[in-house]
Amino acid sequence: MDKSKSTAAVPWYQSRDFWLKFLASSWTYLFLIAIVIFFSLTGRGFFTIRNFSNILVASTLVMMMAVGQTYVIITSGIDLSIAFTVGLASVICATVMRDLALAGTAIEVAIAAGVLSGMLVAIIPGLVNGYLVAWVKVPPFIATLGMYGIVRGASFLLTDGQQVVGGLPVALRDSLSSIGNGSLLYSIPEIGLVFFSRPADLTPLQLRGTDLLLPYPVLIAAIVVLVFGFILGRTQFGRHTYVIGGNEDAAIRAGINVKRHLLIIYCISAFTASIAGILHVFRFTGGSPLAGEQALLSSVAAVVIGGTNLFGGEGRLSGTVVGALIIATLTTGLVILNIDALWQFIIVGVIIIVAVLVGRVQQSLERRQLT
Amino acid sequence: MSDSPILKVRGVSKFFGGLTALNNVDFWVNAGEVVALLGDNGAGKSTLIKCISGVYRPDHGQITFNGHDITGQAPMAIRSLGIETIYQDLALAENLDVGANVFLGKEKKKRLLGLIPVTDDDYMRAEAAKALQKLDIHIPSLRQKLVNLSGGQRQAVAIARAIYWNARLIIMDEPTAALGVPEQRKVLEVIRTLRDQGIPIILISHTMQDVMDVADRMVVMLRGRVAANVPRAEATVDLLVKHIIGAGEMS
Repeated sequence: MDKSKSTAAVPWYQSRDFWLKFLASSWTYLFLIAIVIFFSLTGRGFFTIRNFSNILVASTLVMMMAVGQTYVIITSGIDLSIAFTVGLASVICATVMRDLALAGTAIEVAIAAGVLSGMLVAIIPGLVNGYLVAWVKVPPFIATLGMYGIVRGASFLLTDGQQVVGGLPVALRDSLSSIGNGSLLYSIPEIGLVFFSRPADLTPLQLRGTDLLLPYPVLIAAIVVLVFGFILGRTQFGRHTYVIGGNEDAAIRAGINVKRHLLIIYCISAFTASIAGILHVFRFTGGSPLAGEQALLSSVAAVVIGGTNLFGGEGRLSGTVVGALIIATLTTGLVILNIDALWQFIIVGVIIIVAVLVGRVQQSLERRQLT
Repeated sequence: MSDSPILKVRGVSKFFGGLTALNNVDFWVNAGEVVALLGDNGAGKSTLIKCISGVYRPDHGQITFNGHDITGQAPMAIRSLGIETIYQDLALAENLDVGANVFLGKEKKKRLLGLIPVTDDDYMRAEAAKALQKLDIHIPSLRQKLVNLSGGQRQAVAIARAIYWNARLIIMDEPTAALGVPEQRKVLEVIRTLRDQGIPIILISHTMQDVMDVADRMVVMLRGRVAANVPRAEATVDLLVKHIIGAGEMS
């Protein structure tokens, strides 16, 4: 008690605990700002609208996988299978679009059918994961590791072993690319701001100088983040997610339908992974079973860097967004500085460990405040 | 004991295979009474409690609560009638604040823009504060996660939740075990406050001092039977211990 009185007498800006708490709760934001400043000062061409727009577009893959992963990890689970759910969605999406377009279906219809079927098929691994975890009580790591292999195999079987689903008609590819590599708002030299799509008759100089101010993939990702951030932070569904992560037994005794809830959580994870896969199809005008493989660990890293507790019960989507942005900024910044991209893994590895340690310091600070 | 009992257990028996866990047990709780349930491990305390709360279905006998026959009803049904059991693990989500825990699974919602249902955290916090106030419990910050509160405070939150949802009989399983002395005292105060508000309590405890402090009546179980029913005025630690170890039968 005496301790708290003595610190209360000190103005807040001189209190050590205040600054420690501030650092612990916002170090990821500060770190992101710091690396942006660092790369801006040292890397040529880093501090440009074009580069920031590129970083944001590049971050969408990890970001989308990390959104669902945040939900899963808050329930003290983990979803490894999304490494290939992304690819499965992209393969289904690209194949359906291609075959429909080749059969003479209208491009818009083919695209809509491809997107829908990609999402629907990708939910299947989510349902299986949820069933195994909630009903059969298989540990999430094992259940989703099993699905990791199953989805990987299934995706490659669908492509006859090919790594790429290509052969899309040119008209379809142009339509896809106008979204996947397009922007709601362009900044074009000598013309100014243009909405929705690039004018067709640009000079090479204008083309080179065009900036994408609001790339469509970023907008789509932002909507997904906002919707799922709202659900997690403000709704009863979100609250129950934290309850289950904090004390599953208490959740059951409080009458929460834990099994159904977990089933939905794993479907959310599969769903946001399928968004990543569909964005892949729009950006690269094709699908690949391997579209998400490299991003799995980054997605877990983004969640952990963002302050979500791997043992469940704690975490926010805003933290995950910052985590994904840190990873994307590092990747691009190191390339611009011409530093071996492998350093990225080492740096991200260090930040993950720091994140866990900071989380622990934060907990002890909260506790100290009370006694 | 002028009022008729609020809870009546009559001739209840429970068998597990060849084992007789409860043998023709009679037990009752009057309105506004704290009844201590004592007995060595395996004497049948837990089995009796689980029969009352609906976890077990008695093989013989009848249990009535406020005149309703609740024998063999499901735990949820019995809880909704107002019998709340607070187990040692408290069943709280320690990663959340007091408001969230009082409303666990029954979150109060409001509509955002008249449309989207969201949790009404301010309302839940305010109601939780009122419930704690009724128990004369002070918690430094209602926004604190439970993990940062003391054991006694958490116990209080679990009790506040039961009261808030209109518990009319509270069963507490070893509420003071694993607490420090000042914390134990606080929990005992809460039990007295509850009794003064007319809410009867069944208290399972191994701590004689607690029992002597708060109980109005002590029921001792031995090998599945009620061995003694001692009013507070006649109770001494010696006498209770004799009954618990079975020496009372001989004397």
